[in-house]
Amino acid sequence: MKVFFVILLSAMLTDNFVLSKFMGICPFLGVSKKLNSAAGMGLAVTFVMICATMVTYPIHHGILVPNELEYFDTVVFILVIALFVQLVETMLKKCIPSLYKSLGVYLPLITTNCAVLGVTVLNIDNSYSFLESIVNSLGAGLGFMLSLVIFSGVRKKMEYADIPETFKGVPATLIAASIVSVSFMGFSGLFS
Amino acid sequence: MADGKKTLGQEISKGILKENPTLVMLLGMCPTLAVTTQAMNGIGMGLATTFVLLGSNIVISALRKVIPDKVRIPAFIVIIASFVTLIGFLLEGFLPSLYESLGIYLTLITVNCIIFGRAEMFASKNGVLASACDAIGMGIGFTLALFIMGSVREVIGAGQWMGMTIPVLHDSPMLLFIMPAGGFFTLGMIIAAVNKLTKKKPPQEIECAGCEGCPMAGGCDKKEAAE
Repeated sequence: MKVFFVILLSAMLTDNFVLSKFMGICPFLGVSKKLNSAAGMGLAVTFVMICATMVTYPIHHGILVPNELEYFDTVVFILVIALFVQLVETMLKKCIPSLYKSLGVYLPLITTNCAVLGVTVLNIDNSYSFLESIVNSLGAGLGFMLSLVIFSGVRKKMEYADIPETFKGVPATLIAASIVSVSFMGFSGLFS
Repeated sequence: MADGKKTLGQEISKGILKENPTLVMLLGMCPTLAVTTQAMNGIGMGLATTFVLLGSNIVISALRKVIPDKVRIPAFIVIIASFVTLIGFLLEGFLPSLYESLGIYLTLITVNCIIFGRAEMFASKNGVLASACDAIGMGIGFTLALFIMGSVREVIGAGQWMGMTIPVLHDSPMLLFIMPAGGFFTLGMIIAAVNKLTKKKPPQEIECAGCEGCPMAGGCDKKEAAE
């Protein structure tokens, strides 16, 4: 039990995917303007991460390793993710239209989110067990959501700030992200 | 943009400055921030990406009439992922130290928005030669941006540069710059400097290839305006 807790918290806080591993920066900068879209994107990514892990892990250990085809990881994983995103989109559309409506826009974008491919590959690289992998994906997804939600609050405040012309837009956003990242460095001693 | 009037030289040069993928179009931020703790890593990542970009652009543009429009995204992804696997093998065999230091980010070239963006915006609409030139230009622009980022962070954060020691900075380096926070800060500063030099407002006039497959679509003003 303790192992799972450590994996969950370290994926969420100390090794936060966005702020210390730099994965999923594009949606982090693109979708963090509003709290609603930030939370929606975070939820969608968490969901796809867990589902993708559930599928890629058995594929890697059940099909690729016995046939010595480990080098196909990247190709297979990205296809699984792309297919899964499509599948989730179609299923949600049919079964839970309200959730589909709120997530709809973000679902296709998840295919090109490097955090999803990153977490599936990292699960294999770190040789986690099946359950540990799922917990790691959950932590990574929640951490992604956490940083997006926190940052959307920061950006809300930035709209009222008087920023020099040259820094308006992306530069100011990146420097704000740097400060948020410093605050996450405070978690680094958590599991020493 | 894709009006066919551009010479091949212009196709190459536009990627280096005017449409620099990282500093102007703001694509491929993840590797830009992640691997640039050293200038050497920046160059390695840039060249690896250029290789994948060149290969995928050529293949996609050659197959652009064969691939049905509906399955083009999975098809592009498979082509890109194959080239990433290839460069992974090459680096592991010939430059194992670089392979080690790039680590998982080498795999993540697959989902680099630059490669996907160029496939979607350029290679699927233009001929093989033009696409190859486009890939070379974009690759050089990306490598250059990574090299600049890496140099700034390595000099200030570690007091070294490509194996040389910088006198004063080496004794008391600002460690923050090679930490994640410094990456965001340096990139922000460099983009601000590019904005200042080109005397241009933050990039708004980016050629839009439609919102599908665009990483920025969720927060894009154009999309909100269109809805």
